[in-house]
Amino acid sequence: MLNKYPLWKNVLLIVLLVLGFIYAAPNLFPEQPAVQISPSTAIMHVNLEALQSNVNKLMKGAQIFPTHEELNQQTLILRFNNTDTQLKAKDILSSSLGDDYTVAVNLLSSAPRWMRTIGASPMKLGLDLRGGVYFALEVDINNLIAQRMQGLAKNISENLQQARIRYLDLTPKEKQLSIFFRDTSSLMQAKSLLQQQFPAFEFSQAIDNPKQLRVVWLEQGLNNLRQLTIDQTINTLRNRINELGVAEPIVQQQGNNRILVDLPGVQDIARAQQILGGTATIEFRLVDTLHDPHLAQVNNISPAGSQLYQYENQPVLLNKQVILTGNSITDASTSFDESGRSAVSISLGGGGESYFHQVTGENVGKPLAIVYVETKSSIKVVNGKMIHIPRKVERIISIARIQTALPPNFQVTGLTNPQEALNLSLLLRAGALPAPIYVVEQRTIGPQLGAENIHKGVISIVVGFILAVVFMAAYYGVFGVIADIALAVNLILLVALLSLLGMTLTLPGMAGIVLTVGMAVDANVLIFERIREELRSGVSPQSSIHAGYDRALITIVDANVTTLIVALILFGVGTGSIKGFAVTLTIGLLTSMLTGIMITRALINACCGGRPLKRLPIGI
Amino acid sequence: MEFFKKQTNINFLGLRRWAVGLSLLLVIISAGSLIVKGLHWGLDFTGGSQLQVSFNHTADIPLLRKQLESAGFNDILVQSYGTSRDVLISLAPHQHTTQHDLSVKIIKALPGAQLKQIEYIGPQVGRELATQGALAVFIALLGIMIYIALRFEYRFAVGAAVALIHDPIVILGVFSLFGIEFNLTALAAILAVIGYSLNDSIVIFDRIRENFRKLRKGTAIKVVNLSINQTLSRTIMTSATTLLVVLSLCVFGGTMIHSFALALVIGIVVGTYSSIYVAGTIAVALGLDRRNFLPSVKTVDDRP
Repeated sequence: MLNKYPLWKNVLLIVLLVLGFIYAAPNLFPEQPAVQISPSTAIMHVNLEALQSNVNKLMKGAQIFPTHEELNQQTLILRFNNTDTQLKAKDILSSSLGDDYTVAVNLLSSAPRWMRTIGASPMKLGLDLRGGVYFALEVDINNLIAQRMQGLAKNISENLQQARIRYLDLTPKEKQLSIFFRDTSSLMQAKSLLQQQFPAFEFSQAIDNPKQLRVVWLEQGLNNLRQLTIDQTINTLRNRINELGVAEPIVQQQGNNRILVDLPGVQDIARAQQILGGTATIEFRLVDTLHDPHLAQVNNISPAGSQLYQYENQPVLLNKQVILTGNSITDASTSFDESGRSAVSISLGGGGESYFHQVTGENVGKPLAIVYVETKSSIKVVNGKMIHIPRKVERIISIARIQTALPPNFQVTGLTNPQEALNLSLLLRAGALPAPIYVVEQRTIGPQLGAENIHKGVISIVVGFILAVVFMAAYYGVFGVIADIALAVNLILLVALLSLLGMTLTLPGMAGIVLTVGMAVDANVLIFERIREELRSGVSPQSSIHAGYDRALITIVDANVTTLIVALILFGVGTGSIKGFAVTLTIGLLTSMLTGIMITRALINACCGGRPLKRLPIGI
Repeated sequence: MEFFKKQTNINFLGLRRWAVGLSLLLVIISAGSLIVKGLHWGLDFTGGSQLQVSFNHTADIPLLRKQLESAGFNDILVQSYGTSRDVLISLAPHQHTTQHDLSVKIIKALPGAQLKQIEYIGPQVGRELATQGALAVFIALLGIMIYIALRFEYRFAVGAAVALIHDPIVILGVFSLFGIEFNLTALAAILAVIGYSLNDSIVIFDRIRENFRKLRKGTAIKVVNLSINQTLSRTIMTSATTLLVVLSLCVFGGTMIHSFALALVIGIVVGTYSSIYVAGTIAVALGLDRRNFLPSVKTVDDRP
């Protein structure tokens, strides 16, 4: 028995080790205060060079010098030496740049640029470690469905009236709708008509009552509605969070109808809640063509029933009466009109369509305006106190001529280019939350507590690690030291993999690392005990090493597979931080098998292999 | 360093009656406490609001309670949290006020308090977590039993499963008996213990299988005893290092993961005991035999 690793194996391990070091290294660099400037609506296009020179001028004027400046897609990032200058710069920038830009403070890694270009970045810290607000929001789909059923009832009744089919009663009830007829022949007539008009629903004659027509939402249609609603809500929330100036928000779907929102660094819950539950909406209003808007602008008086707006630098008068709100818009997407020009297709539902149809029918040929209404709030300092001032911002986003009485599916045409169509459809969809949302879970962690948690986590890892290392070295001598080296490598590889996968580090995640340290020594304990047994029974040192590794391998694999099963189940069933723990545990098990078996073998082969030995430095 | 200079020869299975008695006692006390006292469920499962505030001076908890009561909070739990300056305030689920209003109200009622953390969990989320947790434990047990039955022997699977059910019951019993808060991280710890305790059982099973194949003589009890003795220093070594590490988590990890660390400490101690005694004993009691491990004899087809 020679116990020599072939060259390729050693080289492979060294390459792995170097890669591990490189990808774990960014975590060693401290975080640097930074200010991020980005356009407030994602769809706005800005000249970033102009923005940059403007920002530079402002900074020079205030005698503030950022240490580093970089342009990153749609964002301009300034880095600073300390948080004082960072906050000063933020105040100046947010007051000078105005509402069109979001200015956010953030902590960014100070790792050198080349590391970032090869994808090496530090682990993100979870909310429990850096402070912030976490929301779990539930989207009330049932409410939306009930709303839609009401709308459907209205539409069906109109359709039946138009076709002169008489019915006795029509009642929406949660997810279904019943229509009662005088006789079966009118029921059959209605059924064939409605089935054509509303393909997303199933129409069937009730078994117990031949004069009753039941309308049920098709399962797929219902699922589509649910997913569309969630997507739309997430989109809306993202847009609104941009307003908050949060640097790295996370908005994601959980389960069927939940949305999780992580707002790291945000401490002002009141404002966060206000913006998340915010009140942006869309209004369709007729343009007042009877009065002269220029006159109104000059005199600064609007005629009764009208209101003055600006659109493309021209004054416009709009009727105060709203003929359709954003709540009725179920979808808006870009499309093309007959002549191939850009257009936006709008689908209506949930009520209000018939009134819209009627009013547009009476006003064919007149211009119709779409107004985007949102409640923004700004912070002002009054008498040394910060106060929020909410204000309503109304903006005309489109004016188009009505060609015909508008049905529930219509197009806005006459747009100049696809980009404009895309912007309009986004704004239309983002206007209002499609369904009511409410908070089912909320956690706010102060930054001080976050810092304490990091400190505690790191201390327990360090102390646990030192204890395990000392114990192993004392018990197994040189072999123990080799196992300790493997343990350190394991920790580095684990951190490297977690960073590479973009995992968020939480306190339970740190606990997972601690537990992995404890369990990682198990592989080596198994091997070393086996080697000792072989030595005791009189086997030569080299053969003992070989037999020890050989025999312990099956046991190690068996033991780890079961823990892996548990970790996978935790990952599947758990949420949030429990998931983090499961991931850390899983990756830790895999890396510990690699280091505990391969790295220790390579080191033992290097120090003891290939030559005849009388005894092994394994502590006996 | 060595724990044992020579191969130990402790008659573990000879003590199995005592072990069975001890295990039964532990399980009965735990189950009794769980039934009578119940668990002190954490916010994760009950729903409600929890605020962590800190003061510049030592917090006078009875005074704080009085201050909060006079501010209109009746169903409220005030307890010290970690240090003498930190206080945890728990409230039953409130439907009406927003979290912001709540925190403002409480800070107003307690002069000098600094808000460190607020949590709100809706009652429906708590219920979901509890069912999900129970489901997770159940699926984990089932998955592991299937794996062991396939890889080893169904008798081992039963033995391991009994040992595995034994461990969480005792952990829950300790939590119940001492009124320690049981939250989501403690549940994660229980699942981790299930995985960990199994590690030990499997190492012993592995050795039993090997010894049955290697030794041509000896009763099942002898083989199991020998296997436990052969793996004893490994069992102690691994448990000791893991315990050291987890103790460090328990001491330095802070209040947020205290339940987690404590459940692990109890779990490692109980898990080590149960994999030495419970798993092997049950496999033997179910009639474990050498024949279970011999490769099946192939029948030769000798027809022409």
